[in-house]
Amino acid sequence: MAHEGSILTAADLAGNGARGDDPDVHGKFGIFGGRYVPEALIPALDEVAAVYEKAKNDAQFLREFDHLLRTYAGRPTTLTDVQRFSEQAGGARVVLKREDLTHTGAHKINNVLGQALLTKRLGKKRVIAETGAGQHGVATATAAALLGLECVIYMGAVDCERQALNVARMKLLGATVVPVTNGSQTLKDAINEAFRDWVTNVDTTHYLFGTVAGPHPFPEIVRDFARIIGVEARRQILELTGRLPDAVCAAVGGGSNAIGAFHAFIGDEGVQLHGYEAAGRGLESGEHALTLTAGSVGVLHGARTYVLQDDEGQTIESHSISAGLDYPGVGPEHAWLRDSGRATYHGVTDDQAMAAFSLLARTEGIIPAIESSHALAGALELGRELGPEATILVNLSGRGDKDMGTAMKYFNL
Amino acid sequence: MTTLQTVFAKAKADNRAALVGYLPAGFPSKDGAIAAATTLVEAGCDVIEIGLPYSDPLMDGPTIQDAVHRSLVNGTRIADVMRTVEGVAATGAATLVMTYWNPIDKYGAERFARDLANAGGAGTITPDLTPEESEPWRAASAGAGIDTVFLVAPSSTEQRIKAVVDCCTGFVYAASLMGVTGARESVNVAAEGLVQRTRAHTDLPVCVGLGVGTGAQAAEVAAYADGVIVGSAFIRRILDAPDEAAGRESIAVLAKDMAKGVRR
Repeated sequence: MAHEGSILTAADLAGNGARGDDPDVHGKFGIFGGRYVPEALIPALDEVAAVYEKAKNDAQFLREFDHLLRTYAGRPTTLTDVQRFSEQAGGARVVLKREDLTHTGAHKINNVLGQALLTKRLGKKRVIAETGAGQHGVATATAAALLGLECVIYMGAVDCERQALNVARMKLLGATVVPVTNGSQTLKDAINEAFRDWVTNVDTTHYLFGTVAGPHPFPEIVRDFARIIGVEARRQILELTGRLPDAVCAAVGGGSNAIGAFHAFIGDEGVQLHGYEAAGRGLESGEHALTLTAGSVGVLHGARTYVLQDDEGQTIESHSISAGLDYPGVGPEHAWLRDSGRATYHGVTDDQAMAAFSLLARTEGIIPAIESSHALAGALELGRELGPEATILVNLSGRGDKDMGTAMKYFNL
Repeated sequence: MTTLQTVFAKAKADNRAALVGYLPAGFPSKDGAIAAATTLVEAGCDVIEIGLPYSDPLMDGPTIQDAVHRSLVNGTRIADVMRTVEGVAATGAATLVMTYWNPIDKYGAERFARDLANAGGAGTITPDLTPEESEPWRAASAGAGIDTVFLVAPSSTEQRIKAVVDCCTGFVYAASLMGVTGARESVNVAAEGLVQRTRAHTDLPVCVGLGVGTGAQAAEVAAYADGVIVGSAFIRRILDAPDEAAGRESIAVLAKDMAKGVRR
């Protein structure tokens, strides 16, 4: 555990696998996951899997990762009891896991530090990454600067425009930002372009994947590096309240912050797990990112999972006010948790998310990321359902500074 | 003998490589694709691959992305792909569909295999379907009597090459380079080694694709491969032509040059 002088253990990364919560050798979570990629990439994926398998059981790697998490990312992050906010949640006790307080302002730093260390072990000097909101891009550029790696970020041209501040941050950190102008010019197209780069430059380059989607072993590796969120939170909430929470809430785009928050609780049967997807302008409008709630099973970006697609398997473009949730796929482990019933997934509209965004700012003096605001909105409703005896842990995955442009427009500030 | 076996046997008897042309369905238009593919056959292509346009073509370079995007904007559906196959197969050329996996997955493997066979299609090339995930598709294809072609790459280990060729019928597609589709200045020297390594594991014909754009390059590849696959170079010419008829004239010139190349 990452506290009181002890360091991360392999168990903190990977869990115990006892409940089928680890994929099989082909990277399958039930029927989900696997690898649907050009054969040219298979050796690289095998190499990443092998190097990771070794690293996660290597005390030296765990020490290095733990050191960076503490002295660079600012872990452990605290829990915050939000009493005034809780009054709007039917009096249920809402407790926030403050990933917004990490360096770079979002949970993404956990995964990128782990994968940047892995890049060194792979003997590669260049990293590429996709980014939607820009948070994963900024985090990757940060880790690349820290560890002296060349860094190229693919970002949809539409996203570059709505997240101009993050583009500037990445450039300042020494990264090259490539605007992607094909397709919907958002996250899914940035991922396509990053895969094209990877297949061309795989000898020198690691694809520092930003979420728990994509081909095996990315869903497993990214989850393991994000898992620290739930590992810490579980220990902290036991210290704070003397018992496990009744529910854990998190926003779901690709699903990395949610899986990071959920995973340490999967074995705790009394703890409900709730994921909140972006319902955008509402299900009926067709402008949403409700992959798990309204999508169907298919293959996107190398894995079998739930996908927004038409009757012939063409990807349907998603919509959300939050760039980080604007993705028509989702990590295969979430697909598996959904179908097994262990986790429940809901939709939160742009308007509901923005109301929660504003409420947290006014009641607690915390400006959350719009992504995280989806989980807050979910917790407000869930609290009214569960009642005043309940404790609800919400993963506040990031801070809202990057969203000021959107907020100014939305609220006419 | 299957259509593909006949094609490769004939090419071998002529002591030359087969010429394989790729065009997406629905490009430059639904009927235009059938006409363009027919032009390729008349100019000397032995095999035609009809691309099934997909929204997320992560193995394709800018030229094919552009063509596929236009095709989707034209409203191309799987029924149009089947109609294109039917039209092209009527010329007597062995006609395959090249597609990412998800459209088949969603359409239903058995239904797709049956419809393709009924359209006269010879089989499929599925660049993102790995041996590990291929069993349902191989079973459906075998049931419908169509071939399944998969890809090997320069990065493939011996073990992977064996796993891939064990899933192939018809021929094996050797990707000449590490990268996406698109014509290149020169064909990667790694291609020849990959063909040799592949032959060690199979008696199936081995065709080379990715980066072939001129008759001279076709000749170079034909010296060591059983087939030469050309896509982006044809598409580039159609994209650059002022109209469909001019596009057909232009690809006919290139295809004839390539057909000479594989006979050198």
